[in-house]
Amino acid sequence: MSEDAAEPVRELVDAVYRSESRRVLATLIRLLGEFDLAEEALHDAFTAAVERWPRDGVPANPRAWLVSVGRFKAIDTLRRRVRFDASLAVLAQRLEADTSADTGGDEEGVEDDRLRLIFTCCHPALPPDAQVALTLREVCGLTTEEIARAFLTSAPTVAQRIVRAKGKIRDARIPYQLPSRADLPDRLDTVLRVVYLVFNEGYSASSGESLTRHDLSSEAIRLGRLLIELLPEPEAVGLLALMLLHESRRSARTSPAGELVLLDDQDRSLWHRDQIAEGSALVERALSSRRFGPYTLQAAIAAVHAESPSAAATDWAQIVGLYDVLARADPSPVIELNRAAAVAMRDGPGAGLALIDAILVRGDLGDYHLAHSARADLCRRLGRTAEARASYERALGLTRQEPERRFLERRLGELSRY
Amino acid sequence: MRYLCLIYEDQKQMSAMSKSELDAFIGEYFAFTDDIKKSGHYLGGEALQPVQTATTVRVRNGKVSPTDGPFAETKEQLGGFYLINARDLNDAIQVAAKIPGARWGSVEVRPIMEFDQQ
Repeated sequence: MSEDAAEPVRELVDAVYRSESRRVLATLIRLLGEFDLAEEALHDAFTAAVERWPRDGVPANPRAWLVSVGRFKAIDTLRRRVRFDASLAVLAQRLEADTSADTGGDEEGVEDDRLRLIFTCCHPALPPDAQVALTLREVCGLTTEEIARAFLTSAPTVAQRIVRAKGKIRDARIPYQLPSRADLPDRLDTVLRVVYLVFNEGYSASSGESLTRHDLSSEAIRLGRLLIELLPEPEAVGLLALMLLHESRRSARTSPAGELVLLDDQDRSLWHRDQIAEGSALVERALSSRRFGPYTLQAAIAAVHAESPSAAATDWAQIVGLYDVLARADPSPVIELNRAAAVAMRDGPGAGLALIDAILVRGDLGDYHLAHSARADLCRRLGRTAEARASYERALGLTRQEPERRFLERRLGELSRY
Repeated sequence: MRYLCLIYEDQKQMSAMSKSELDAFIGEYFAFTDDIKKSGHYLGGEALQPVQTATTVRVRNGKVSPTDGPFAETKEQLGGFYLINARDLNDAIQVAAKIPGARWGSVEVRPIMEFDQQ
């Protein structure tokens, strides 16, 4: 085949890599029983594809071909290593003898492998930051450098987390399997927490390397979509809805100058209608299952906001009602704080302030800047300027985000005009 | 694969138990040990005397120095262990979760380092 003819094939290999490499990897890990060996095999299989497909033609089922070639390459690798480590002989023999090995031809088997990979990367025996790094690396295919940039940390730190996690999977023998029915709710919780953590990391940082950060949110949404495709549990559906509804407001959350814009003041024409429609439909779906939890309830609250034409026209009574249910399902001071802000909108700032003060008096959220800025805002609306100033200053002392700092300083500046 | 399950318990909580509570607790341990013998997980296991009876031994420059301790700085102390055989970590976690002490204290599950016998 000539050079001219090889070019389209190379593009095809690239396309297959983008769409299939994570599936091939997931199956190879099951067949080979080891992450590093599977990654090497994946790399070897695609190298072989670049060499052979232009010459021999593209196989009818590229994925099955890649799994099969990867498996044989791994057996070669093991045979070479046996010279240094005799214990590998057994594994190499077992792999060679296992001719019935499922090479990822059938759809269902492949999807199970992808789920196995997700559940293994998010195994609760791994530290949370390692779960995040490993999921982004193995399930999403991000490079170590990309993960490091997104989390504002160094590549060697991320690499070390991943190496340690793989070491624990191997040495403590974390199995490559789907959780049992009985374990599924807890194990799914861990997976959802990892996905939400990735999303939040991309969502709550609104300055600096905004582009990379935005990629992280899209990556989380992609993971969320993959998850409900493989395992349509109500809370997974609820989490995807929540992410889409938050994401729909992204461009309205910051002014052109990069300043933070609160929900009440956002230009709602900038909200992304397609994401709102998709998110709202998913909320309905999760709610109708009657097995929903905190993610679905938060998504339902976000949906009420998303469908309101303005802050004033928002159905605050419904929002307070949803917070009541949420506070029972997942009691936490932060949820109480958000409920207090909704009560302030429904019943007036005085009612909200009493609730926030009750939380602070109890000794909760004293170090949480948003509790103090919410309190400051309500005091400002009640005309209690001195108290508002004290609370804004307290919030300012606690925040670590630059846009939030500028926002609070602006509010303080406005106060002094009264 | 072999795992060591190290059981950490609050000794104060244990010593505050009444005679009947303690008997029931020990009964649970006997029942648990029977269960994991039947399931084939059991390889060994013992309860330890309280931490006040412990002695720490160090050898420095060839000199043996036995001292009292370790001192009970943390609330939970090593109170006993099981050595089990499990298929994988998930299997080991299932076994560890049924150890009676896991409901009050905690159980550390550590894979045993296997050396090649050449």
